[in-house]
Amino acid sequence: MNAKRPSLAVNVAGIELRNPVMPASGTFGYGEEYSAFVDLKKLGAIVTKGLSLNPKAGNPMPRIAETTSGMLNAIGLQNVGVDTFVEKKCPYYRVLDTPVFANFFGNTLEEYGEVARRLADVPEVTALELNISCPNVKQGGIVFGTDPKAAAEVVSLVRKHNDKPLIVKLSPNVTDITVIARAVEEAGADAISCINTLTGMAIDIRTRKPKIANRTGGLSGPAIRPVAVRMVHQVVQAVKIPVIGIGGIMTASDALEFLIVGARAVQVGTANFIDPAAMLAIIDGIEAFLVEEGLEDINQVIGSLSL
Amino acid sequence: MKNYQTIILSNLEISPGYWRMRILAPGFAAAAAPGQFVMLRPELALPTMLRRPFGIFRTGCLPPECAGLPPREYMEILYKIVGQGTRIMSDLHAGDRVELLGPLGRGFTINDTSCAKILVGGGIGLVPLFLLAEALIDKGHQVRLLMGGRTRDDVLAVTEFERLGVETYVSTDDGSLGEEGLVTKVLERKLSKYPCAEVYACGPMPMLAAVERICSERNVPLQVSLESHMACGVGACLGCVVKGAGHSDQRPNYLCTCKEGPVFAAGQLDWGRAVNTEGGCPEGGCR
Repeated sequence: MNAKRPSLAVNVAGIELRNPVMPASGTFGYGEEYSAFVDLKKLGAIVTKGLSLNPKAGNPMPRIAETTSGMLNAIGLQNVGVDTFVEKKCPYYRVLDTPVFANFFGNTLEEYGEVARRLADVPEVTALELNISCPNVKQGGIVFGTDPKAAAEVVSLVRKHNDKPLIVKLSPNVTDITVIARAVEEAGADAISCINTLTGMAIDIRTRKPKIANRTGGLSGPAIRPVAVRMVHQVVQAVKIPVIGIGGIMTASDALEFLIVGARAVQVGTANFIDPAAMLAIIDGIEAFLVEEGLEDINQVIGSLSL
Repeated sequence: MKNYQTIILSNLEISPGYWRMRILAPGFAAAAAPGQFVMLRPELALPTMLRRPFGIFRTGCLPPECAGLPPREYMEILYKIVGQGTRIMSDLHAGDRVELLGPLGRGFTINDTSCAKILVGGGIGLVPLFLLAEALIDKGHQVRLLMGGRTRDDVLAVTEFERLGVETYVSTDDGSLGEEGLVTKVLERKLSKYPCAEVYACGPMPMLAAVERICSERNVPLQVSLESHMACGVGACLGCVVKGAGHSDQRPNYLCTCKEGPVFAAGQLDWGRAVNTEGGCPEGGCR
């Protein structure tokens, strides 16, 4: 006789997810790119590539370089723009029954507001993930992700234009991430996702040139995981809203570390490049862990850190 | 396209710094088109992590190891040791496990015209031309291969093309094998001989840029196969883009090497500047 399968369902910002595993923005395209490898109906959610008001060309090549247990990227937020996204990419989501988190950004405060407004009445978009943290794009002198006042301002503005659940994605490139976390919570964020990539640099010793045309890039992959677990732990302690953990998750046990420190869900990024089916293995692994531990519900693991 | 968890059948150095890996891959041959590629990674790849892209060289079938077993279908890559990832690959042996994603991307378009089919390969750029030569010969075309390398060590597998029935012309920069000089010189000479020709090329960026100039001056149709660093191979990471024709900052036209390529009609690309600075030509620089 089969024992009852444990429940993996979690609730993030009022959204029911069938499990806590979803892709990190920018590593999964708009979802459809991976449909040959991943049954998208098995994911907790789909998180889109970052969207901007106008289509964006992105940075010059080379844009990526592998480093020890990680990779640097400076894609430069190349994307089709919010209008093309709504018109061309959204219809695909109708048949999926998987929540869609639209990640977006602006170059100015006004642009953030306008993108949020254009996503407000799009039925295929379940929630917004507000990117105030991409290290590869200069934002007219204001770096929204590193200044608590600017961060709060952009969150309030987006709130005004859009009623959907709002997740704010934080940068790790700050002195104290909890200051920004509290600022966005106060300004009305429904959830926080963290961390984005750590700014890094790598050099080709023969040409003396940076390995990335943008000079610096965002470091992702297992190299950053301990930093990410620490920061998620700090943010969970600092705020009451749910936190989605991100940073170098390759396996189920990596994901469980984030859940144990209190993340309500996790995002998988670089692992998608290495194994297109990585998220499915992580979901299965989390379920197997619950069975091994004799637990019925993933919520018994979330925040179970023993100090 | 399939994600294989499979094993290496053999992995041999065929010329100093160049290796040939044969990988067990049932069903691969029927799926693979000339010019496509794979993303490959040893299962225990630490300290490297990402898969590496490799052009498909050949596909084939070995007789069963014992009577009663099915025949073993395989695919082959040729690779040059360029960094840590490929160095680790060269340490692998038959029976070692690899993860193979493929076949991926868009390959060569074969036009059934009576024009002369000229293949131009530079060094390791020879790789995607073998399946193409095979397909062209299957369709009854006569095929010429112009193969260039810096030295004789960089000229690979030419006899395998000859066995297919391809007319081959070898040139090396130092004259250590075949004619001394650039492969593009041979191309110019050959093109003046045929009233009508089509060119398929793969090699380093400076060579491709020169081939493009030669072909566009003569209105000869050209398809090129490009190389790039890649993370995903399926169009998601946008780490392997090239500038397409008419690209500008205002009206970006980036094409993914992995998904819209790796083979492009020359007219699809922006040749005004170097199309891709990786492994090739620094912007504007080296013609």
